[in-house]
Amino acid sequence: MSVNEMTAKEVARKVIHKDELFILDVRNESDFNDWKIEGENIAVMNTPYFDLLDGVEEILDKIPADKEVLVVCAKEGSSLLIAEMLSDAGRSVSYLKGGMKAWSEHLEPVKIGDLSNGGVIYQFVRLGKGCLSYMVVSDGEAAIIDSTRMTDVYLEFADHIDATITHVLDTHLHADHISGGRQIAKKTNAAYWLPPKDAAEVQFEYQPLEDGNVVTIGNTAIAIHALYSPGHTIGSTSFVIDEKYLLSGDILFIDSIGRPDLAGLAEDWVGDLRETLYSRYRQLSDELIVLPSHFMIIEELNDNGSVARKLGTLLAENHGLNMTDEKEFRAMVTGNLPPQPHAYQEIRETNMGKITPDNEKQREMEIGPNRCAVR
Amino acid sequence: MIKSNSVLDAKGLACPMPIVKTKKAMSSLEAGAVLEIQATDKGSTADLKAWAESTGQQYLGTVEEGSVLKHYLRKSSGEEQIEKKHKHVISNNELIAQLETNKNTIVLDVRESAEYAFHHIPNAKSLPLEELEDRLSEMNQDDEIYVICRTGSRSDLAAQKLTSAGFKQVINVIPGMSKWEGAVESTL
Repeated sequence: MSVNEMTAKEVARKVIHKDELFILDVRNESDFNDWKIEGENIAVMNTPYFDLLDGVEEILDKIPADKEVLVVCAKEGSSLLIAEMLSDAGRSVSYLKGGMKAWSEHLEPVKIGDLSNGGVIYQFVRLGKGCLSYMVVSDGEAAIIDSTRMTDVYLEFADHIDATITHVLDTHLHADHISGGRQIAKKTNAAYWLPPKDAAEVQFEYQPLEDGNVVTIGNTAIAIHALYSPGHTIGSTSFVIDEKYLLSGDILFIDSIGRPDLAGLAEDWVGDLRETLYSRYRQLSDELIVLPSHFMIIEELNDNGSVARKLGTLLAENHGLNMTDEKEFRAMVTGNLPPQPHAYQEIRETNMGKITPDNEKQREMEIGPNRCAVR
Repeated sequence: MIKSNSVLDAKGLACPMPIVKTKKAMSSLEAGAVLEIQATDKGSTADLKAWAESTGQQYLGTVEEGSVLKHYLRKSSGEEQIEKKHKHVISNNELIAQLETNKNTIVLDVRESAEYAFHHIPNAKSLPLEELEDRLSEMNQDDEIYVICRTGSRSDLAAQKLTSAGFKQVINVIPGMSKWEGAVESTL
């Protein structure tokens, strides 16, 4: 039987299309428990490769013969070995090219919608990590917001649609992933905007992004209005794009809200977070479509793979936006915090330009689940 | 420098090869022997640890030297099965209490030096079982000596040897370092 190669892109398509897939994850148990590929119709089984070195007979009857089977490991090598053993045992299986490393780095571009005067906004869904970044395009110019470190993806995409990247923005100083903002700005000579309150310690030049700033993309003027919205970090800023979309950064998600503790000041910032969510956001139009910087669970994806909801819907349904008792809100936000993301301090320092780890190290720092929210 | 019986060079090899080679190297080792595995694959630490657990081998620890990871494994010896013969024993908790009242309590750790290096009771003396007979002169026959190993078996043998060599107050600590909840330190 044959062993096929499946790319992270193909897996992403299956997740979005809710296709059936059986995954045999051969990483060690703790890595598997930490994070794995998830999807509505994806079944996963974990048996470490090192328990299968003497043969796969013991698990054969647990692997469905009538479903597509994908063997997954950290980097590829072990999954290929186990896939070959399954193939020798008469099964037709695939292995994930590049392993979980590739899965963690894959970005799936999804068109969110049209803007006035022919503009378009795209969301880049990083399924393996739950990160969302954006490209706003108008009249041959593009802005990138909350980019990941996979900068080539944005550069190639812009090239493909004949757009020149002129502005790069981050809604806040990220603690869960390494921003590609500075690299993209450097490569394209674009302006790099950061909220100055988050950037007090950064070691490079940037454009200060302040409440009321308007950044214009293209001659037809797609306006990005900066809306100061502290809470996740002191500088956290939301963007209103074309009076239609609200990029909420790590302040408001679909089914959860931002955690205030990753810069170490949960108690101090919880008040800001409440002010942003319960006062500032409520003054905005209910019709705005919220585009966050993360999703937490796969169920938050829309049918086309995008992550977006009307602000009015979230105001009505998101638990974190519906806690009238401030004490209860404080207790939830400061007392209910999930473990802090892997290497978050090092990630912050990297995003400040204080340390410059090599690619391998950056990859390792980002491994694991995203934990930016409280529910 | 941590002592091992054998060294496996798995540098530059990607997963699964470090484990595949380790498995092979361990099968040719004698029970109780220590293997040093040199690897550069970062994922090898978690995998070796998990593999050791699932196969009953003893993972001692990992030392990072530049880009090289040195992992230490001890081949399972089945020593837990052996019947303990030395009569004079003390529990882990009793020894913890004893250490609190008397700072000069003599603890003799008879595990391999690699096991001792990663975690041992502060001020415990390291004297691996197989070196015991040659180094008896390092101890005083009249002292009270608490002998400890991982599970109480090697220390049982050591206690018998010490007693027959004329040591008068030898106490075996049961079960030993595998369940030790008192203070520990490492010499790395």
